[in-house]
Amino acid sequence: MAGWDLFQEMDMLRREIDQAFRGVGRSTLNPSFLPGIGTGDFPRINLSEDEESYFIEAVVPGVDPKDLDLNLMQGTLTLSGERRADEKKGHTWHRHERGAGKFMRTIELPNSVDGTKVDAEYRNGVLLIRLPKQPSAKPKKISVRAN
Amino acid sequence: MTAQEMVKRQDATPVSREETRSVGRVLVPAVDIFESDVDLTLVADMPGVDKEGLDINLDKGILTINGEVKLPGRGQSLQREFAGTNYYRQFKLSEHIDPEKTSAALVNGVLTLTIPKAESAKPKRIVIRS
Repeated sequence: MAGWDLFQEMDMLRREIDQAFRGVGRSTLNPSFLPGIGTGDFPRINLSEDEESYFIEAVVPGVDPKDLDLNLMQGTLTLSGERRADEKKGHTWHRHERGAGKFMRTIELPNSVDGTKVDAEYRNGVLLIRLPKQPSAKPKKISVRAN
Repeated sequence: MTAQEMVKRQDATPVSREETRSVGRVLVPAVDIFESDVDLTLVADMPGVDKEGLDINLDKGILTINGEVKLPGRGQSLQREFAGTNYYRQFKLSEHIDPEKTSAALVNGVLTLTIPKAESAKPKRIVIRS
């Protein structure tokens, strides 16, 4: 994968600090009645781009692709779904670290995308989304005339 | 944990590999382990791992799970919340298992291992003569 990048590490640190302090004031001073879904950061995503399109990788292991819902509206992509819990009765649990439940995440895309040509593939628990850019958002090469 | 929240332990910051001299950074996958009368089941979240990249080893009662993550990694990165770090975790299993009959399945990035118990460890009902 990509090598160690100081600026990227700083950005990730800032994000993690934001995440750690999110809800600190809310829980003690101003308790929220319902925090609501869509405020958390599950699933985790990676966003990248090239000249033609944006790419999103989302980590959603153990979800039936039929339970995944992907919506694109006005440059905002909404990914929602549900991870179902295994119904296990009469077992002795030794460890229970995996969670289950509904999730939702919205991703604001930096530029307009062509919503008709979005391609999403679920592979080994990772959702790979390709969002082609609008022709107007693609870089154009302008040649310079010489007099 | 409420029904609307999900645990995201599998996305934790990569840690140094414990108890080995390997320098690689690895992720510890989140697991569920439960036991029934006849077998032991281990369920691990390993997104991004395919069948070829998965290595499960059971040696001297130590179960080692190794997963190699393959992501396409297209384009130039704008925002990164996870890295394609490989998975590694070890478990010490009880001696009362039958490693020969272990079965493994990898579906949607979730590994399910079923390890039957040895005959001697299965519960036996003792009938009282009247």
